[in-house]
Amino acid sequence: MQDTPYIQFFDGGSEPTHALLGGKCASLVTMTAAGMPVPPGFAVTTAHYDEVVHRSGMAAAIQAELAGLDYHDVAAVDAASARIREQIASREIPADLRAQVLAAYDALQSRFADEVPVAVRSSATAEDLPDASFAGQQDTYLWVRGRDAVLEHIRRCWASLYTCRAILYRLKNGIPDEGLSMAVAVQKMVNSRVAGVAMTIDPTSGDRSKITIDASYGVGEMVVSGQVTPDNIVLDKVMLCVVAETIGDKHAELVPDVAAGRLVERAVDAERRRRRCLTAEEVTAIARMAKRAEKHYCCPQDVEWALDADLPPGQDLLLLQARPETVHSAGSGRKEAPAPAPAVPGFNLSGITSMLTAGLGKV
Amino acid sequence: MTAVQPSLKSFPKPSELPVPPGAEGWEELYPYNLVFRNGSGAEDEKFWFCDSQHWPTVFKPFETIGGEFAVKCLGQYNARHLIIPVANGIEFKIHLGYLYMSPIPVPEEQIPARVPEFERRVGHYFQNWDSLLEKWRQKVRATIDEMEGLTFKPLPEMVPFDDILSGKAKDGSEVLMEGYDRLIQLCYQNWQYHFEFLNLGYLAYLDFFSFCKQVFPGIPDQAIAKMVQGVDMELFRPDDELKKLATLAVRLGLQSAFADTDDVPGTLARVAEAAGGREWLDAYMAAQDPWFNFTIGNGFYGHDEYWIEHQEIPLGFIKDYIRRLEQGEQIMRPVDELIAERDRIVSEYRELLDGEQLAQFDAKRGLAATAYPYVENHNFYIEHWTMGVFWRKVRELSAVFVAAGFWADRDDILYLTRGEVREALFDYVCGWGVGTEATGPHYWPAEIERRRAIIDALKTQRPQPALNTPPAQITEPFTMMLYGITTEQVQQWLAGDDEGGDGAITGMAASPGVVEGIARVVTSADQLSEVQQDEILVATITAPSWGPIFGKIKATVTDIGGMMSHAAIVCREYGLPAVTGTGRASTTIRTGQRIRVDGSAGRVEILSD
Repeated sequence: MQDTPYIQFFDGGSEPTHALLGGKCASLVTMTAAGMPVPPGFAVTTAHYDEVVHRSGMAAAIQAELAGLDYHDVAAVDAASARIREQIASREIPADLRAQVLAAYDALQSRFADEVPVAVRSSATAEDLPDASFAGQQDTYLWVRGRDAVLEHIRRCWASLYTCRAILYRLKNGIPDEGLSMAVAVQKMVNSRVAGVAMTIDPTSGDRSKITIDASYGVGEMVVSGQVTPDNIVLDKVMLCVVAETIGDKHAELVPDVAAGRLVERAVDAERRRRRCLTAEEVTAIARMAKRAEKHYCCPQDVEWALDADLPPGQDLLLLQARPETVHSAGSGRKEAPAPAPAVPGFNLSGITSMLTAGLGKV
Repeated sequence: MTAVQPSLKSFPKPSELPVPPGAEGWEELYPYNLVFRNGSGAEDEKFWFCDSQHWPTVFKPFETIGGEFAVKCLGQYNARHLIIPVANGIEFKIHLGYLYMSPIPVPEEQIPARVPEFERRVGHYFQNWDSLLEKWRQKVRATIDEMEGLTFKPLPEMVPFDDILSGKAKDGSEVLMEGYDRLIQLCYQNWQYHFEFLNLGYLAYLDFFSFCKQVFPGIPDQAIAKMVQGVDMELFRPDDELKKLATLAVRLGLQSAFADTDDVPGTLARVAEAAGGREWLDAYMAAQDPWFNFTIGNGFYGHDEYWIEHQEIPLGFIKDYIRRLEQGEQIMRPVDELIAERDRIVSEYRELLDGEQLAQFDAKRGLAATAYPYVENHNFYIEHWTMGVFWRKVRELSAVFVAAGFWADRDDILYLTRGEVREALFDYVCGWGVGTEATGPHYWPAEIERRRAIIDALKTQRPQPALNTPPAQITEPFTMMLYGITTEQVQQWLAGDDEGGDGAITGMAASPGVVEGIARVVTSADQLSEVQQDEILVATITAPSWGPIFGKIKATVTDIGGMMSHAAIVCREYGLPAVTGTGRASTTIRTGQRIRVDGSAGRVEILSD
């Protein structure tokens, strides 16, 4: 589906514009373009929101509610907030605008054999909202299923612009409501068959020439929280070949119960426990992605990833989160080579001598 | 290297190996000093490994010359020229026709005293690399030229009258005898030169290697190899020349002239008759000197066939390249890609270093990259060019004996030791000089048949990978790098078939990549013509001169050889996956089986029959 100013797919190839996409969606687009595919989905842009509020008449209604509010009168603000959010949740939206979102939703679903649940999350331009917990993190609705539910949850995200707290914040800080807008991400729920973390460093030694992968079945939560012993694979970062691996026990996995919209824990059978949960191709793909993340963010990364059962092999690796690796990347773990200054520029004979005699006395 | 628990397992003693039926008395075929005599009582106990990488088949008596000269000269550079602190040479013996080696360590208390001499000598070479290497080229070329100039002709009916007039007073037999002695000496001379830079090349490489292993623990060996390996190498020139000739033939529209390349004169005549044929023949002639001094063998056997004498070999390769060009294939090596990949690897490892470590990395890599190409290139000059001329001259001399009735075929000379050839030569000139029959024609034919039967009997038995109990650790650097004889390797050989696990064959991850395909097991160069497009070559060993084959196959698996073995080097050069030093691939895998080769992990799996 072609990107428009109103709907942009994360992998649609459009230049991410922060004002149009908000922080979260802009980041999802950037990461996808940089070879760090996030779960597929699309952004309902701020331009779409603007059209909705103006053409539906919401804008005028909201303006009327906000006029003359005093932030000292919290009860009045609270009441106005409730009425505005009711407006946003219920007012008729012009059919062509509804159709844009539904077409995008259908296009997303057409990538999968069966209809898959999605997450609907707000993507604000951060300065409009209170600092520590801006809406992007606050409003995430998981396991949303079906067209009507998606439309409803998009409205809920929009409504989060007008929580009592948000209104108070803008009043206190003199932030005008003019131009206030919100983008919303509609993103496939990850159906993780194998997941884990990858670090672009050897966390035990600080050796930056390595990528270490921990991987286990199901959702990555059990790996992150240490509830299972994952497979551990160490690769050379430059050659991307495995230099060491330890098969973990992987006794249990968390898998989605789609009907119930939650995760359930189940035992892993002996055969799957014994073997590595990743193929050679998957190991390489994960390492490549982690390496790209490191290159993109210019420092060692700690990456959460998952292999999605609903996506075809080769395109099923998803990046869930990338953050800087902080323990070793300051360089504290780097080993110093014992090397006197070269006697002759260009080579170091005493180095050769010590290399030759290094093994002696150890036998 | 990981610590290895003491193993009670052991290889057989030399004396325990059975002599194949019909090979009794084989010891007498070789010089007295080359067979296990166990004079000191130590030989039957000492650890030996078999160098079937260079000598995969049984030596005929004359052919021991290559093993003797090569391994002796390897040793002299460790022990007497460079004074390598930890390692003297490699002792060698022939047992049941195969060459076994035992590295000689330097006693620990002697090592410190050797260090200053070592650094002085090696320092001089590394500081004057380019000028010394240029001298080397001149020396080696001069040796080859002198060897080419030797001629061996039957003695005339009588001394020419001119020699009477000039008072020469010699009958010409001295030319034959001096020529033979000179031929042997010139061969010896280039084997001395062979090792002048080889040990240094390995040293520079090992220095960079151990530095990389220190700063990037667990760095794959092949990453280090790729960072120093040359791309535009003389060793690959012969094959590149054939590719150029194939391309030219297509451009000139000469394809049809190559229908039957086994018919060399016919093929060249058909080319000459065609329009544009002259241009191609000129290019063909120009390529021959020196690049057709090349063998699909390895230069150590009298039966090695050199292109210049067997032009059906290069013409056959050209024919195959023409076919591939016509199918739209790209036949030239991906040189630009190889360079780009090498540069990427170097720059990515560099990015992980800074300060003093980065300076060391650059210095050590620079030295290794300067010194290392010799490790590959010398092969063309010595094993191919020098030995090609050498064997040709040996056959020329043998023709004199054939004409004098000593034996029937020029190759029969290989059943004499080089000392016996000297004796036979005097027998010949003596009979001629005296004006009577020589003894040889009544002695050698039957003796050669007796010896041939023994050699054939020895060939029925494969060598042991090693003899006696291996040391707890193998530390001699050349043994590890060149032969892939590491502690792990030895343990794996000992484990044999009961290594358990998933049944995969393991070896050195010599050249990266994973492919699946049909196996073609090749145990000698004669079988190379059987190799089909896109098969996976499974061989006891390979020689670098199998170049054209590498353009055809998808991967290589060998029984013998380390990261620096010929197969490893060539596969990295051709961008093919390789697993080397498996110990058992050629005896475990059968032609036609579908196998999966993981050159990044050093694993080979048999997928189906």
